[in-house]
Amino acid sequence: MIAINDIHKVFNKGKANQVNAVNGITLQIKNEEFLVIVGSNGSGKTTLLNLVAGSVLPDKGSIIIDDNDVTKLADYKRGQWIARVFQNPMSGTASDLSILDNFRLAAIRTSPKGLSIGINDKFKREVKDKIATLGMGLENKTEQSMGTLSGGQRQALTLLMSVMDSCKVLLLDEPTAALDPRSADIVMRTADKLISDFKLTAILITHNLKDAYNYGTRIIQMAEGLVINDLGHDQKAALKQNDLFDWFA
Amino acid sequence: MDFYLTALLQGLCFSAMALGIYISMKIFNIPDITTNGSYTLGGAITGIMLTQHQSTYVILPIVVFAGAVAGALTGIITTKLRVNALLAGILVMTALHSVNLIIMGRSNLPLISTSSLFAMLHIATDSNHNTFWILSVFVIIITGMIGYLLKTDFGIAMRATGNSESMIRALGVDTDRMKIIGLALANALTALSGYLIVQFQAFADINMGEAIVIIGLGSVIIAESFINWFSITNVWIILILVLIGAILFQLVLAVTLAVGVDPNLLSLATSAFVLLIVTLPRLSFNKAS
Repeated sequence: MIAINDIHKVFNKGKANQVNAVNGITLQIKNEEFLVIVGSNGSGKTTLLNLVAGSVLPDKGSIIIDDNDVTKLADYKRGQWIARVFQNPMSGTASDLSILDNFRLAAIRTSPKGLSIGINDKFKREVKDKIATLGMGLENKTEQSMGTLSGGQRQALTLLMSVMDSCKVLLLDEPTAALDPRSADIVMRTADKLISDFKLTAILITHNLKDAYNYGTRIIQMAEGLVINDLGHDQKAALKQNDLFDWFA
Repeated sequence: MDFYLTALLQGLCFSAMALGIYISMKIFNIPDITTNGSYTLGGAITGIMLTQHQSTYVILPIVVFAGAVAGALTGIITTKLRVNALLAGILVMTALHSVNLIIMGRSNLPLISTSSLFAMLHIATDSNHNTFWILSVFVIIITGMIGYLLKTDFGIAMRATGNSESMIRALGVDTDRMKIIGLALANALTALSGYLIVQFQAFADINMGEAIVIIGLGSVIIAESFINWFSITNVWIILILVLIGAILFQLVLAVTLAVGVDPNLLSLATSAFVLLIVTLPRLSFNKAS
């Protein structure tokens, strides 16, 4: 479970360009909940996600993941619970490294990176089998560098990489924003499948209201650093797509 | 012929540094010019310890450690104090000049009657051939170690650090620590070149490291041209190309001198040569498009 308690974050405090990104949000995200966050640009969605991931540390408030207070924990130390998919496909993978190298790092996300060679035949087979489940025909390209793949392929692989090691929380920051509609669809379906297969707690930020409507078990809307709408499982199921459009009217 | 053999031997001496520059510049994407200082540091320690009749085997680990400390300092300044990497390198390099002077006690140390790595073992009767074999073994061992390291899980994490920092942090790696270790490794290798060259030339000089970074950069850039032309991803081939780059670079300088270019113009010629290699692929590329 993720508990966010009265969290605040101000950028450029005291300067002319001060931004009150998050203004005291309290949120309980249950295990296996798939939370969708919508909101206009500048509403604090990404900052909230970064606070959970640890790439931004809060000014006030606390964040608890599975009974561990992670409020002051650096992002790389939260890797034991959290996997991330970024908006930019480049950010989630290392383009100069081979697919296999990328997967190796993902497979040891929660353990120290030691001085032994971890890529052996068994590991190669395991990765091939995993990639084959995507049905993108990438399983025979594992020696190729990540940079040779398209954005959609990279996002799909990043998703798969997140479940290579034990993972409790999956953070998705507009994972399909840079993709064409078809790739976006594949990526969202893959994400949804992995989240339910691996019983992940997930947070998805999206500007695509169709995705917000189709996916997730709970939806919140943010504005000016606050949560202004919060619909749980049953309410979300009863929600009509047009109601969602009205939120932004 | 001896003239070119000497160039080859120098190239082998510099190949450790070239590997170091490859690590800092290509793997970590950090323009590190601590090199000038850590190279001289390696040379200064070797020089002073040889005059005090210390064994070359004892000097080796000390040189590696000193180089690593210098690199780690640059790493700490740039990651923890958030100083631009280039400036951090300049700061440490400048500070090292004083350190090196203190270590050497004076600006030049001739090593005429001292022992050296190349006098310890006698594989061939000709002294140059002997040096060649010892250096070759030395370089093969170092390349083997670096190549193995880059293949390990730690090595993959190193390569990812310079490539996609957001990704590798999300995968649980402290990138600051990684950069500090990487710069320590790079400068340990550079100091090793200082150790080799001082024993090869039989003197240490406070200015021996002046603009030495250009030799490392030039070597890596030569290697990079090949890597790009043939789109090479294999770590071993890349490392071997870096070694070839280091040797080629020295051979080109030797040719430059052999055709009668004034030695005073050597630095100018070096810069021009590096500029040429950097721009050559781009020039031919433009024509094609």
